[in-house]
Amino acid sequence: MSTATTSARRPADAVLRISEEAALAAAVVDDETDPITAETDPADEPMLINMGPQHPSTHGVLRIAMELQGETVLRSKPIIGYLHTGMEKTAEDLTYLQGPTNVTRMDYASPLFNELVFCLAVEDLLGAEIPPRATWIRMLMCELNRMSSHLLFLATNGMDLGAVGMMLYGWKEREEILRFFESVTGLRMNHNYIRPGGVAADLPDGWQADVEHILAVLPDRLEQFDTLMTGQPIWRDRTQGVGVITADEAIAMSATGPLLRSSGEAWDLRRTMPYLAYDEVEFDVVVGAYGDTFDRYAIRLNEIRESMRIVSQCLDKMPKGPYRTEDRKVTPPPRARIDESMEALIHHFKIFTEGFRVPPGETYVAVESPRGELGCYLVSDGGPKPQRVHIRAPSFVNLQSLPHLMYGGLIADAIAVISSVDPIMGEVDR
Amino acid sequence: MADAAAETDDAAPEGEASDQPMMFGVPCTDERGQTVLYPSREEYPDVLALAAADGFELCVDLCAVDALTNRGRVMPPGVEPERFEVVVNLLDMRGRRRLRIRTQVPADDPQVPSAVSLYPGTEAPEREAADLFGISFIDHPDPSRILMPPDWVGHPLRKDYAIGAIPVQFKAVEGR
Repeated sequence: MSTATTSARRPADAVLRISEEAALAAAVVDDETDPITAETDPADEPMLINMGPQHPSTHGVLRIAMELQGETVLRSKPIIGYLHTGMEKTAEDLTYLQGPTNVTRMDYASPLFNELVFCLAVEDLLGAEIPPRATWIRMLMCELNRMSSHLLFLATNGMDLGAVGMMLYGWKEREEILRFFESVTGLRMNHNYIRPGGVAADLPDGWQADVEHILAVLPDRLEQFDTLMTGQPIWRDRTQGVGVITADEAIAMSATGPLLRSSGEAWDLRRTMPYLAYDEVEFDVVVGAYGDTFDRYAIRLNEIRESMRIVSQCLDKMPKGPYRTEDRKVTPPPRARIDESMEALIHHFKIFTEGFRVPPGETYVAVESPRGELGCYLVSDGGPKPQRVHIRAPSFVNLQSLPHLMYGGLIADAIAVISSVDPIMGEVDR
Repeated sequence: MADAAAETDDAAPEGEASDQPMMFGVPCTDERGQTVLYPSREEYPDVLALAAADGFELCVDLCAVDALTNRGRVMPPGVEPERFEVVVNLLDMRGRRRLRIRTQVPADDPQVPSAVSLYPGTEAPEREAADLFGISFIDHPDPSRILMPPDWVGHPLRKDYAIGAIPVQFKAVEGR
């Protein structure tokens, strides 16, 4: 343990500790501070360069202040907050039923996981029993979402490294899954589909055929991606040995998800601390060996294959029954009941105006999102609105490893490294 | 939920005080299967060090809570509720257990020792808590704002910071 933290503190100097203003001031060409006019040879002088926040390879609005020695990246500092919209503050003003609408917008590439973790936290405080069908629908949707999220990663990662064709192929396959999401939830993104107590609606007729179609087309496409990238010498040269992190460093930096697994640590909450029904399905945890950018790419590519295995098992094992809890205090009554039952009308009215009350307490629930451990720390004071909602965003925490991954590498590799961490800025800034 | 928090409560002996379970020398409760510790601010660094030595190698999360409007919350005996709480979630990857540490922080002196030297991964979460709650972390290597602009006034996640009650602050634009 102590060795883990000390070894991780070794590259602690990789972090550029500079204020935002100082970084900005350095970016402005000033004759007095400009290193070019310094007495020394300009080639020797490290210089401070701003990358982003509007750089196409920064996945949105990530800004990085980098200290460069020639083409080598020395210290660096990710500067975030450009997408901060105060979602945790907003969540305190929404009822528990409205909560998923808010949190789903955090990690917009894998919205269902945000809804899932929030609902699991609420249900933990409620002590609500979730019908098996709801659990399996959640699992099916989340695994499909993991596939679409990783396909998005393959697309952007490919484009960042010059494999521009991947941008089209990745988005194209992702679209197949989003089309299925649209047929189930009504929306391509930000679904608000998983709600406290279950899911918003049952799977539509013919969903099996749609899922089977996705499962039928994808393997061939993944083979094509393999041909296009995995075995390709240029791709390997650009990714292998770039941005290496050891398991001890990753753990000390609180990194999770593919970033941690690339270092050889087989830590996947679905396997190690199962939630939903992940202990009832077969899948493998994909682990890397070298902790480099290539491993993180290969892990995500192969996790798509593992997710497909889980999805096909969901297809076979999908239980029958209600898709949300029958507890009328939590889920609104069916539309038909409202016409004939006064009590149903009252329940419906109460749920949508005041919201349901959650017993006082606090809980932390975590799920394995495509980016790592996605957690929700929820505090209730017994009222219809949460006292505090904190989302442990994997992108936010993983971003801390960036200076360590980039330290001593080339500036061109910095792009590969940022891409391989796969940060979603909506989740980083919340 | 399936969040297998702490099957291993064996490390909670030494119960000097009557029936209050203790762990690492501080009060400990079981919240629906999740182990929660309540150290004082002074005990907090020691408890973290003990937890780290006990196998909790990964600090999953650190966040703050403003309990201004939640004064009536239940605390184990001997723990004085304060306005702020710093909540740390630790993970033991070998033992597959979780541990939560809730440290009470008074409103008139919102300071907590930083955990960065022990858990380097808490650097950004501590900056976030400092930014949004105004809690300062002693000996933090980079105590700057992280999400809000550096010239922002106030700490938005505090309960007395109203939603939409203030004009939006922007940096001064030259020529206006």
